Amino acid sequence: MKKFKKFACVAMASAMVFAMAGCGSDGSGNGSGSADATSFKIGGTGPLTGGAAAYGQAVQNAAQLAVDEINANGGVNGYTLELNYQDDEHNAEKAVNAYNTLKDWGVQIVLGSVTSAPCIAVGDKTKDDNIFQLTPSGTAVDCTKFDNAFRVCFSDPAQGTVSAQYIGENNLATKVAIIYDSSDPYSSGIYENFAKEAENYSFEIVSAEAFTEDSKTDFSVQLQKTKDSGADMVFLPIYYSEAALILTQANGMGFSTTFFGVDGMDGILSGVDNFDASLAEGVMFLTPFASTSTETNIVNFVSAYEEKFGETPNQFAADAYDGVYIIKELIEKSGVKPTDDVSTICNGFKEAISNGYSFDGLTGKGITWSADGEPNKAPSVVIIKDGVYQQL
Amino acid sequence: MSFVQYLISGLSLGSVYALIALGYTMVYGIAKMLNFAHGDVIMIGAFTTYTVCSTMGLPTAAGVLAAAVLCTLLGVCIEKVAYKPLRKAASPLAVLITAIGVSYLLQNIALLIFGTNTKAFASVVSLDAIKLADGQITFTGETIVTIIACIVIMAGLMLFIKKTKAGQAMLAVSEDKGAAQLMGINVNGTIALTFAIGSALAAIAGVLLCSSYPSLNPYTGSMPGIKAFVAAVFGGIGSIPGAFIGGILLGIIEIFAKAYISSQMADAIVFAILIVILLIRPTGLFGRNIQEKV
Repeated sequence: MKKFKKFACVAMASAMVFAMAGCGSDGSGNGSGSADATSFKIGGTGPLTGGAAAYGQAVQNAAQLAVDEINANGGVNGYTLELNYQDDEHNAEKAVNAYNTLKDWGVQIVLGSVTSAPCIAVGDKTKDDNIFQLTPSGTAVDCTKFDNAFRVCFSDPAQGTVSAQYIGENNLATKVAIIYDSSDPYSSGIYENFAKEAENYSFEIVSAEAFTEDSKTDFSVQLQKTKDSGADMVFLPIYYSEAALILTQANGMGFSTTFFGVDGMDGILSGVDNFDASLAEGVMFLTPFASTSTETNIVNFVSAYEEKFGETPNQFAADAYDGVYIIKELIEKSGVKPTDDVSTICNGFKEAISNGYSFDGLTGKGITWSADGEPNKAPSVVIIKDGVYQQL
Repeated sequence: MSFVQYLISGLSLGSVYALIALGYTMVYGIAKMLNFAHGDVIMIGAFTTYTVCSTMGLPTAAGVLAAAVLCTLLGVCIEKVAYKPLRKAASPLAVLITAIGVSYLLQNIALLIFGTNTKAFASVVSLDAIKLADGQITFTGETIVTIIACIVIMAGLMLFIKKTKAGQAMLAVSEDKGAAQLMGINVNGTIALTFAIGSALAAIAGVLLCSSYPSLNPYTGSMPGIKAFVAAVFGGIGSIPGAFIGGILLGIIEIFAKAYISSQMADAIVFAILIVILLIRPTGLFGRNIQEKV
């Protein structure tokens, strides 16, 4: 309160000075109610409750972990970071309300949203306010449609492209079959880009079978056609619930092959209750992060996270942790100050991120960004062996 | 060779539809109402077996029995609370809407109790698959059991209705409730019995559905329920052999559409065929054409 009074006095005084001098206001301090000169305010929205709460909580926890680390090590350019996460319940309207709460708090940089639909809704607002937005895990294309928005993870279509590259470059297969959900933009988007990119490689797509939201229990036909096509690998750009059923039915009909999935496959071992996890042995999938990796930075992150929150971090946590460090490096590179208005910070970051900036983190090394907000990084693939993920 | 395998897949899917359709058609034929909650009673049956067998570790027979008992009670209960008070309502739509309400209620109760996570249902069938032609053709144990269960239940139902007093009472109620009451038939009791039998069938259908397609969540019953309703209409709603044939045909058409036309368009093709058949035979394959006397 005392601080506020002091601030108000200064503001009044300066206003009087300006008024007396007959100068117009230059609109400084726009968007930040109480410009605190010593810290950057990072905010985001995510599902902290509800069905997708596991994602939102992971992002909040990991981001807090990163912020605490940075502050404990002396902050950034002498400033500290402040973090504020608001619940959006994976709902676009609630996300906009949550974003307005963040604006009242004086948010300067947005690290969010966690899931795609809220991220797109918040993206429209950050565009209007010209606040820099970095989503750790919003994979839909539209999450970064404006030039102030960037992402840490691969976009949905990019997952299809990099999956095809990975299979092609490592000669994992000669004949690939695909089973995808034609009623889901996530799945069909990945499928289309996979098929397009596959033309550049020596492997052949021998069958592409679809299922829909309304008929996702019986895969006998899709599997039979896949088997008949002579495929030596099946690409599954779908979520783990359906993948578990496909693995069970393939096993039932005596069809054994290599399955390759994308990030939706993460959860196959524990996401379906009572699922026989031994069926998932040998399944490969694209994921930015494997908690079993032996790389020093990942080992340190995993142990710090486990110690603080009592659970193993998932890929959302890793994306968020990287997100905070990306923001830290952008502050260093652009030299912005907490007293700058949000537009100055946003423009400084945009300038910094797309001009030769490269980031080494948990989810990749030498990540660079193009001006459209998409990260360029090498895909990382894990294989399930003896019931755990192992990095390939 | 794959043609034969597709045919078997079709039979497998069709027999599940047929089993569900038997319950639908029985309730419609006698109580003259569409019980849209039937699919969700199936789901409750499957969850009961899952809880008893997989969570509590009791033998399969106990799980199936528990599902049948619980679903019978549930069916009678739903009928008493939600449908019976509306039986005299001015519009038959009222009870139809209530049925949809009950359907959502059951789904949400299951969501509250069991959560959103999909569960892998352990099959209750211990019969080994029969493999023919060097393993190229597989008859799974679930398919065999479902088809046999379907035929037995169909025959049992027809015998029950033809040969027993309660069955004859059902027939009378379906013809004319008022007249049946005048003849000393307990109409409410008969309809409650119909629901009890229909719901017990739903429990068995649920267990076999999830044994064949081992994925269980609170929405498991809704789509098979709708497809089975289509099968019942297809065969002629109210007709017991019609539900059986309708279910089997629907399953085979769906699988063939997926296999030979397009896996994306399968559902559209199935429903298009339904429209064509209903245009040619408005009462379905086995439906009776009763002329209203004025």
